[in-house]
Amino acid sequence: MEKLLDFLSEFEILYGNFLEFDWRMLVMWVIGGILIYLAIKKDMEPTLLLPMGFGAILVNLPLSGAITQGDEEGALSVLFNAGIANELFPLILFIGIGAMIDFGPLLSNPKLMIFGAAAQFGIFFTLCLASMFFPINDAASIAIIGAADGPTSIVVANKLNSEYLGAIMVAAYSYMALVPIIQPPVIKLLTTKKERLIRMPYQQVEVKKITRILFPIIITIVAGCIAPASVSLVGFLMFGNLIRECGVLNSLSETAQKVLANLITIFLGITIATKMHYESFLAVDTLLIMGLGLFAFVFDTAGGVVFAKIINLFLKKDKKINPMIGAAGISAFPMSGRIVHKMGLKEDPQNFLLMHSIGVNVSGQIASVIAGGLILNFFMK
Amino acid sequence: MLANFLTAFFAINFQPMEFVHNLYYMGMGMLCIILVMLVIIVATTLLNKAAIKLSEKKKDNDKE
Repeated sequence: MEKLLDFLSEFEILYGNFLEFDWRMLVMWVIGGILIYLAIKKDMEPTLLLPMGFGAILVNLPLSGAITQGDEEGALSVLFNAGIANELFPLILFIGIGAMIDFGPLLSNPKLMIFGAAAQFGIFFTLCLASMFFPINDAASIAIIGAADGPTSIVVANKLNSEYLGAIMVAAYSYMALVPIIQPPVIKLLTTKKERLIRMPYQQVEVKKITRILFPIIITIVAGCIAPASVSLVGFLMFGNLIRECGVLNSLSETAQKVLANLITIFLGITIATKMHYESFLAVDTLLIMGLGLFAFVFDTAGGVVFAKIINLFLKKDKKINPMIGAAGISAFPMSGRIVHKMGLKEDPQNFLLMHSIGVNVSGQIASVIAGGLILNFFMK
Repeated sequence: MLANFLTAFFAINFQPMEFVHNLYYMGMGMLCIILVMLVIIVATTLLNKAAIKLSEKKKDNDKE
């Protein structure tokens, strides 16, 4: 009997962590598995969904050493405090994103920028919706999911001290991956076949190098003066673009586009998972945030399309805009632009909307960052 | 499990009037973002024109 007790106590020491198992951990493993499946099988934002999926499993193991347990610091928690809590990772990632973006299509037709602004409607509408369920700082953080811009979502939620950072990050990145599924039905619902067939000839306009260099500087100054809280976001994005366009820092530009962006993405994805612990993640609030995030995406798309339709009312017949390009005003770059282009080709194989939709898509990137700054201006105390 | 879910669901503090109160931010937000983008459009258009003029002037100088 004594031997049996000894055996049991040794067994408990060795495998005691099994006693900490909770069925909700299993649910999180399934969620992690789904994210990994979507990343590998469906090729949906694999750079983020795969690390997030694996991280979700990692942090939901009984007594996982990856996250802080009592006095014992976990590696992922250390990474979170070092890179996300202080907004360092998303901001550095913005340098890489800025270096990747070619503002050429936008600079050759600056008027397209107005669609980027219109497509932020979902953010502000969702703010009103979310405020019915959540305190205003959380509602504003949830609304920014509609920016379709992971780094902006992280920075805004962090600065507003939202307690739903994990759910917001997961929703933002998951919906970015789901743009090809979310946008087409909304666009089709809001446009007629005749409207989708509108052709928009593209006139190649040469953009001077001086314009390409001064553009990021001007954007930083304008956005910084109007929404100072967003100056780090806009500034890092435009700094990356300046490195690209200046023409004398090609190796830095390449590093920012590839090595830097990849490195940060690896850490960002897996570190986000620290906020996917079952105790905080499996809650009714999370489901509600996911639903509101979807609303934000849908209304962003609708905002852009409807705005283009309104503009069309005042344009001559031969100058009409294909309202589908308004939907590209969300920040999911370049996915949204490509989707609109593909939809145009599906309706009419000779209708090439790519340059217009990419121009609107790029303006959406700028507008979403400014929208984030405005939200911070309104609600940051 | 279902009971816990329902308890949590009904514990959500639903305040429909907040929607109306925050319509102000929706209006202001959209107005501000459209104004900012208009400023950027004007600045970019002027920049484009100035850059083209500059390059034409340079070409003329080079010809001379």
